[in-house]
Amino acid sequence: MSAKRHFESWGRYPAYDARVIPLQWAADFPPRDLGSGAALPVGMGRSYGDVCLLKDGNLLSTLPMDRLLAFDPATGLLTCEAGVTLAAILDFAVPHGFFLPVTPGTKYVTVGGAIANDIHGKNHHVAGTFGLHVRRFELLRSNGTRTLCSPTENPDWYAATIGGLGLTGLIAWAEIQLKPIVTRAMDYTGIQFHGVDEFLALSKENSGAEYTVSWVDCTSTQKNFARGIFMAGDHAKTPGPLTRSPEPKLSLPFDLPGFLLNRATVGAFNALYFNKQRKPRVQAQVDYEPFFYPLDIALHWNRMYGRRGLLQFQYAIPWEHAREGTIDILQEVAKSGLASFLAVLKVFGDVASPGMLSFPQPGVTLALDFPIKPGVSFPLFDRLAAMTQEFGGRLYPAKDARMTAAQFQAFYPQWQSFEKYRDPLFMSSFWERVTGKEPTL
Amino acid sequence: MSNTQKNSRKVLVLGATAGLAIPVCRIFAAQGAHLFLVARNAERLAVVAADLKTRGAASVGTAVADLDDTANHASLLTHALNALGGCDVALLAHGVLWDPAELDASFAKSNALLQTNLVSPVSLCMILADYFVSRHAGVLAVFSSVAGERGRKANIIYGASKAGLTAYLGGLRQKLDREGVTVLTIKPGPVKTPMTADIKGYEKFADPKKVAVEIVNAIDKKKDVLYTPGIWLVIMFIVRHIPERIFKKMSI
Repeated sequence: MSAKRHFESWGRYPAYDARVIPLQWAADFPPRDLGSGAALPVGMGRSYGDVCLLKDGNLLSTLPMDRLLAFDPATGLLTCEAGVTLAAILDFAVPHGFFLPVTPGTKYVTVGGAIANDIHGKNHHVAGTFGLHVRRFELLRSNGTRTLCSPTENPDWYAATIGGLGLTGLIAWAEIQLKPIVTRAMDYTGIQFHGVDEFLALSKENSGAEYTVSWVDCTSTQKNFARGIFMAGDHAKTPGPLTRSPEPKLSLPFDLPGFLLNRATVGAFNALYFNKQRKPRVQAQVDYEPFFYPLDIALHWNRMYGRRGLLQFQYAIPWEHAREGTIDILQEVAKSGLASFLAVLKVFGDVASPGMLSFPQPGVTLALDFPIKPGVSFPLFDRLAAMTQEFGGRLYPAKDARMTAAQFQAFYPQWQSFEKYRDPLFMSSFWERVTGKEPTL
Repeated sequence: MSNTQKNSRKVLVLGATAGLAIPVCRIFAAQGAHLFLVARNAERLAVVAADLKTRGAASVGTAVADLDDTANHASLLTHALNALGGCDVALLAHGVLWDPAELDASFAKSNALLQTNLVSPVSLCMILADYFVSRHAGVLAVFSSVAGERGRKANIIYGASKAGLTAYLGGLRQKLDREGVTVLTIKPGPVKTPMTADIKGYEKFADPKKVAVEIVNAIDKKKDVLYTPGIWLVIMFIVRHIPERIFKKMSI
């Protein structure tokens, strides 16, 4: 029986003790030596809050289940086990001329995690969520059943598992529809903007671009309020190199002291970042790595936030209140004096999410992160969560460690109908927190 | 070996679902090698074979067999070599690591471990050596362990099985070298594999992908002995040279 150890998510808050049980083969599930605890599958642990944690429970690591099972180079349909990372898919698929249909801001997540959180990327406005490109998967339940799930086979289990936070069972393998590319290169356009209205106008004008995302400076006020850079990109059309990416060399080997990230340093960074682009509009051809994964070049960059870690906040507010909600929330952040290092603004498209509990909805999404300072960042979070609710928006479970049970249940009223799909063995600290449920075993 | 030769080489893998065999095979597969895999569990073998085929192996043959069954070795290897149409590299990766306390308490269990880790590879090597000698070519790459360098109370039986295997491979190398056949003894230090997942300090163990690269390099360069990661060459040099009267009092 493996010993309990400290397990933390990417935000490093919260962190709980759990037994980590590696699953080498699909047949290792359900493990025989679980004792009396509940269980939760976990991949790379790159979600920020507690969706990938289970206090004093059994975390079933899918990382050893990293096999590619089939690939059709004519269609780009890839079948792989749940522990395969998006980085491994890129290493394999790019030389074949294929790319991920949807990718988040890090490639160090597993396919299982990408499905469980129904992740989104910079192409959400045209491609929808990751789950939309999952043709089929096999779901293993703790009672020993194995279920094939697709939009036509067991569609209710398909919908519950996509965005189902790993609670419906263990995904053994999935079929993912990759998309063709002819080069690693991306055609990139960066456009400076001032204010939310300019951001919205740029998003509309550039909705033909496959990938769009904006970095926003949320420390500045007055004339620089909500200034930012709108970034648009497309896979280049001229054939070019399709080589594998080199292994990352950089790694932040230790925790930086938490005080290093304060309003002054982040403000300076923001000014630098904004002015790095000297002209209002820049066009360039760039490699896909820095375009999609600017932070992946330094492994363990979360250590930048010090031992206490960071808290993420991401909302999706529907169009009806998207403009005023975004302005008010950005003003609240600027007023708070707390510095968010990475503030990302994006328009979500109207491609419907396939999952029962999927987060994205048409409108505007804003992601912020703050160093953990219980007396300061927690009250701000709580204010921002309340504002999100007032504007009819919702928060992203994969990035949350603070929303209340009442808020979650208001954001996701379908949670009760989801409950019947939860595997009786499975639980997460997140689910305990937002539903008030204790582990069932 | 030129790249073209390397790419189409024929590799036989015994114990193909072992934690270190898989990353080594992935490198061979990506080079476009022909593979023949032997393992005991059919379901696991099928998954590993699918992975290697997907990753680019020119062909992947499989056979389900319990390698403890030495009586079956001759027919198994005949079948494998025929299916592969020859063999350039044979990799012996099967082996077990059981709880040392249980082994110390049970001869039956110790005997079973010696069968898997020592007797079975010796039987396979005897047959494969004849085959390679007949061709005056080939690499016989066998997983031993740094644990075989010196008897320690922490894993008496496992250490003994690997010490025996290392000694056997040393003798075989001297005999086969003059026949143009390479015998590579692979001595991994602790590596992050399922076999070692419950051992204290697992987090600090070596990355199997990096170890696999070193193993394939050693096969390409027809090395005799590989310590991987390389630091274990130094560590084991020191461990071997501690006088026994001091070593017996130590707890390493």
